[in-house]
Amino acid sequence: MSAATPHIMLSGQNPLQLVIVGHVDHGKSTFVGRLLYETGALPESKVQQIRAVSERRGQRMEWAFLLDAFQAERDQGITIDVSRIPFKTTRRQYVIIDAPGHKEFLKNMVTGAADAEGAFLMIDAKEGLQEQSRRHAYLLSLMGTHQVSVLVTKMDLIDYDHDKFMVIERDMRAYLHELGFTPKAIVPIAAQGNDAANIVKRSSKMLWYTGPTVIELLDTLEPRPRNEQLPLRLPIQDVYRFDERRIFAGQVETGRLAVGDRLIFSPSGKSATVKTIEEWNTDQVPDVVTAGEPVGFTLDQQIFVERGEIASHEQDAPVLTNVFRGSIFWFNDKPLRAGDVLKMKLASAEHTVTVQSVDEVIDTEDLGGTGRKEVQRSEVAKVTLRARGMMALDEASRSPLTGRFVLVDNFRIVGGGTISMEGYPDQRDLVTIRGTNLTASVTQVDRSARWGRNGHKGAVLWMTGLSGAGKSTVAREAEKVLFLKGYNVYVLDGDNVRGGLNANLGFSPEDRAENIRRVGEVAALFADAGTICLASFISPYAADRVRAREAAGDMFHEVYVRADLEVCEERDPKGLYKKARAGEISEFTGISAPYESPESPQLEINTAQLTIDEGVAALVNYVESQIRLG
Amino acid sequence: MNDLDHLEAEGIYIFREAFNRLDNIAMLWSLGKDSNVMLWLARKAFFGHVPFPVVHVDTERKFPEMIEFRDIKAKEWGLNLITGFCPPVEEIDPTLPPAARSAARKTVGLKWLNEKYQWTGIFAGIRRDEQAVRAKERFFSPRGETSQWDFRDQPPEFWGQFNTDFPPGTHLRIHPLLSWTEIDIWRYIERENIPTISLYFSKNGKRYRSLGDQDITFPVESEASTVAEIIEELTTTTVSERAGRAMDHEQEDSFERLRRDGYM
Repeated sequence: MSAATPHIMLSGQNPLQLVIVGHVDHGKSTFVGRLLYETGALPESKVQQIRAVSERRGQRMEWAFLLDAFQAERDQGITIDVSRIPFKTTRRQYVIIDAPGHKEFLKNMVTGAADAEGAFLMIDAKEGLQEQSRRHAYLLSLMGTHQVSVLVTKMDLIDYDHDKFMVIERDMRAYLHELGFTPKAIVPIAAQGNDAANIVKRSSKMLWYTGPTVIELLDTLEPRPRNEQLPLRLPIQDVYRFDERRIFAGQVETGRLAVGDRLIFSPSGKSATVKTIEEWNTDQVPDVVTAGEPVGFTLDQQIFVERGEIASHEQDAPVLTNVFRGSIFWFNDKPLRAGDVLKMKLASAEHTVTVQSVDEVIDTEDLGGTGRKEVQRSEVAKVTLRARGMMALDEASRSPLTGRFVLVDNFRIVGGGTISMEGYPDQRDLVTIRGTNLTASVTQVDRSARWGRNGHKGAVLWMTGLSGAGKSTVAREAEKVLFLKGYNVYVLDGDNVRGGLNANLGFSPEDRAENIRRVGEVAALFADAGTICLASFISPYAADRVRAREAAGDMFHEVYVRADLEVCEERDPKGLYKKARAGEISEFTGISAPYESPESPQLEINTAQLTIDEGVAALVNYVESQIRLG
Repeated sequence: MNDLDHLEAEGIYIFREAFNRLDNIAMLWSLGKDSNVMLWLARKAFFGHVPFPVVHVDTERKFPEMIEFRDIKAKEWGLNLITGFCPPVEEIDPTLPPAARSAARKTVGLKWLNEKYQWTGIFAGIRRDEQAVRAKERFFSPRGETSQWDFRDQPPEFWGQFNTDFPPGTHLRIHPLLSWTEIDIWRYIERENIPTISLYFSKNGKRYRSLGDQDITFPVESEASTVAEIIEELTTTTVSERAGRAMDHEQEDSFERLRRDGYM
């Protein structure tokens, strides 16, 4: 750079952050080099150098070499950073964020692009939309990049053809529209050789184009809004007691905070009034702080609030929920599946979440579902995530920071996403009402509150059937599957009640009835506590089952695990039928004691016709359709 | 909020995240302009307090002005100052070029201190614009058991979420000034009136732009004798900040090798 021109402006203005994305070899480097040249960011000596390098290689002027030249320049110590390239127009300063590295591309692209205020998506005119073009556009939509423009490069290679351009323009508009973007502009450009087109100067070869040039477009980009007008969101980072003050510290993400404001902290629901705002080394401590500013404040009363709570005003508080839908991008080597448990970071809070379901792995080609249920590395997907406790969060469209989260596995951030509450209610009222109940009567936790936390109702699935019909096999397998899907589920069977709870009971009809009575009561308590209890007992007498039904009320579901006596006797897994036939066991159900089949069970699983897997699937389907909430 | 307000907010946010998420942290205080800005941000973040030790690795070749500044300010600001010493240069990898080899003493000195205090996080005042290799850094940058840096596979950082979880045996370097440029540092020093060592200001037509060990740091030609004049000078100069650092000019990969081994 020549010594005469200041290369740094001291306006105090924030440079506008611009990220450039696109498929590999779609002319990104060439464009950046050309843009720097055309905006005068390069000294003539540098241009000469590139010209010489190009000629030596027998090529026409190769602007992409500029980036390499910068690399060399930097290594000599001049302060230009390839990953953040500064340049300016007459209107303001810009920083081009470059996200290099093909192998770790997604991870680096997200790191680079997450904070960008605008994006240019490069499309090669000859190749049109490619896989990465679409995926990058999709990621920009998840990242919340609010200004996306498209540059159709290498127009010279298609002879500046208007019709071919219109095809790309139409495809791109349609695709971006699906993602909820309206591109600020779609600019046909040429950056190679001597004939730059529509970067700074218009081209006589594209008189049909009447939209903005790149430079005109740049100067229409808006800086990221300060979000002062949005509702207050102030995630608590920490609480300090370095001296006599108890200071709550954080950064105002949206809205404004003033001394005297009544705050509510979510999810705890505690509230207090801002007494002072604290700052070090300032003449006048402000009484209002706004979005983007760090803050410390004290409250008028001692309440217990920790890191992870979100402070807001009472009238416009974040959503409280234990479940939400997330649109995620995933960059872990290990695929993401239903049942996976991960750490989630949302603002300053950390939650342990279970993947309740992978609802859709997105095919970025057509934005449809792929039908697969595993999210592979570099894919985007829709998932449902559920936490044990209440989370304070927002719809991504309503609040930029508290509507987004990252996922952590094995000490690494492995993905991120945006929040949608579609189909799920705000549980703030529920929690508030429950709180009132708790004050009135300590023993009373509302059943629906327990269900809400678990995401499913409590239930007794009473699995009755002959010995050898497959009750326990199906119950145990279904338990595993349901557990992995995030359900609270537990199997009661002879194995775990005969040894303890019912250790004093034998096999007389009276003892058998008492056995079932106790199991019915215990199963009902499990269900009341919110668990799905799979009770696997022969329970041959209809009257005993009626009693179990009465204990659990409408949480009782009768499941008939059916197989004919012949089938069971043939299976005879424990050799019991043989012994019964030999007279070694008396009053054996089906041989020497009756089995009263259920008349109208809620579900019948015929294990003579179904495989074990099919039987398990039938039971799991029943739970997912009848017992799951939402 | 202007650009300096944004940089200040970012630095404060990073300090508070690290202080909350990590148990045993310390800040490197090299006494240069950057580390004094970093210390200033810590005092802003923690309302006048510095709730962790500040660490000075003394090569015993520092300018006397630096040691004097250190001892006066540590007392005045109530800092918990930890100093450590370095091995003689003969004990350092002889394949490094001379100045880099000399600078590497500091890495070993820091390793010794870290073995003693077992810090899980260390604040360092590096900036992206200083040097090509530093440009690739993260705000929260994990180091393995031998303090080495895996710059080819760095964790992602976005939406204000950093990797503050790490397996046992690793620790984090935390960089609150990563986004700042040299000129931002001086504009902030001017705005906040931050005390700075006199060596940065012109004497007899020369001043130091960057302070290292006496034997491997050289002054640059300059008439700038006030902060305002330094800012003015930086808007037009084409001389790099680390031009006076001998180790940057020995071999192309000197700095990269130093950083991979845990150099600041």
